[in-house]
Amino acid sequence: MENNSIINVKNLTKEFGDFTAVNAISFNVKKGEIFGFLGANGAGKTTAMKMLIGISNPTSGDAKVAGFDVYKNPNDIKKNIGYMSQKFALYDDLTVKENITFFGGIYGLSRAEIKTKTNVLIEELNLQDAANKLVGDLPLGWKQKISFSVALLHNPKIVFLDEPTGGVDPITRRQFWEMIYKTAHNGTTIFVTTHYMDEAEYCDRISIMVNGKIEALDTPKNLKTQFKSDNMNDVFLKLARG
Amino acid sequence: MGISVSNISKSFKKVEALKDISFKVNEGELFGLIGPDGAGKTTIFRILTTLLIADEGSATVANFDVINNYNDIRNHVGYMPGKFSLYQDLTIEENLTFFATIFGTTIEENYELIKDIYVQIEPFKNRRAGKLSGGMKQKLALCCALIHKPKVLFLDEPTTGVDPVSRKEFWDMLKRLQKKGITMLVSTPYMDEAALCDRIALIQGGKILQIDTPQEIVKHYPKTIYNVSANNMYLLIESLNAYQHNYSVYPFGEFVHYTDKREDFKPEELLKYLESKNLKDIQISKTIATIEDTFMELAK
Repeated sequence: MENNSIINVKNLTKEFGDFTAVNAISFNVKKGEIFGFLGANGAGKTTAMKMLIGISNPTSGDAKVAGFDVYKNPNDIKKNIGYMSQKFALYDDLTVKENITFFGGIYGLSRAEIKTKTNVLIEELNLQDAANKLVGDLPLGWKQKISFSVALLHNPKIVFLDEPTGGVDPITRRQFWEMIYKTAHNGTTIFVTTHYMDEAEYCDRISIMVNGKIEALDTPKNLKTQFKSDNMNDVFLKLARG
Repeated sequence: MGISVSNISKSFKKVEALKDISFKVNEGELFGLIGPDGAGKTTIFRILTTLLIADEGSATVANFDVINNYNDIRNHVGYMPGKFSLYQDLTIEENLTFFATIFGTTIEENYELIKDIYVQIEPFKNRRAGKLSGGMKQKLALCCALIHKPKVLFLDEPTTGVDPVSRKEFWDMLKRLQKKGITMLVSTPYMDEAALCDRIALIQGGKILQIDTPQEIVKHYPKTIYNVSANNMYLLIESLNAYQHNYSVYPFGEFVHYTDKREDFKPEELLKYLESKNLKDIQISKTIATIEDTFMELAK
């Protein structure tokens, strides 16, 4: 195992009956890296991610996340990672502050820590006027930024982002990526899925899954050279269409 | 005229969803509404499909008035809402038969129109809609919206959350339908899909920012854009944001799109500045605007 890698996956496999959703995938993610995990709908991304965040048992293979084994220590994994998904993010009927308090509590932060973190987060996101508003009344872009910050409350080693930027305007999408860069720059590893191919180019390295297997893994630059394409969209189309 | 919208406004309590919107879609045109969540796209669709009444303004679809002739509109338009709205517990074939029957027609009568798309899901015609993959649901929804041979087809974010391969296939299908003379109004948050429309309206916060062909829209971008790259993306963005002469700094794939406030901007000066920030492998070159650049400039 490489010393500086924080996710190690070897021959990880998940079968549902006679269907192999994830077929012996292997890869490493380095500490502080922005790793893009791409694939068509139904390629097996979500299934793979569920195994990595400790909520689904693999059929076979090995995986260590933040130093913990997915079979033996799934709960330690959960304590050491953050997770943000487009579908489940925050409670709409709680205020911004209440959401932060709730998730801080879930992650085991003390009251004093929660208070400090709340103030820092509201300051950083410029949310002074919205702190006591219901999350449901906020624009989608704000929700996504808050939900990313909430996923980082407990200083996780890795944060998993499942299509974090769907539907937001192009400016907000970029502000969100600037937050991602900053977080990675501070040493947190980013594991991200997206359908925006320009966002794939923001990643240090990306993998592309096709029918349960990882068919390509490299830097965006090398992948474009390898597949003789000008952009990641072309690379994706060439790979996923076979 | 395919669709005509004149000075439409609509509010929900305190929220002004649409503010004095006007646009026209020619017969047989593929017209795109391009904008993020909350721009007002769905409200426009709901008004044009007669599911919602505007506070002010007027609109016609296939030359029928949305208020006075709402029944005619319902018979002559197809609507594929953003949320999958077919019967999950009916099979593919049952759903299609159901929609054909409602419109007083049969699958056979208009089979020619849906054939291209239907053959792709026909092998699964006895499967319940709820058990289909995203791509298959999307194809079924399109067949159901087409089964009565509508004059105008409304597609509300048909490709949101769909991977690039399925998105491309879907747009290929729309292009083929266009050849059959159907007028289409399609909305999308993906700026790259704008280039596939005949004309587009960029929309944000209930207002139309601009209407034109995709080619004209990018031509009118007011500034010179530079592609900037360096060895460290984070430091590059940070340095450019701190540069006193910057007008806009936006990450774009492997580059940052940079524009300068000054008329007599010299790339060499920027190069020197970035070098002073310890960046390496710096490259600065002119590039052309995309729809997304234009959108961000207008929305600024």
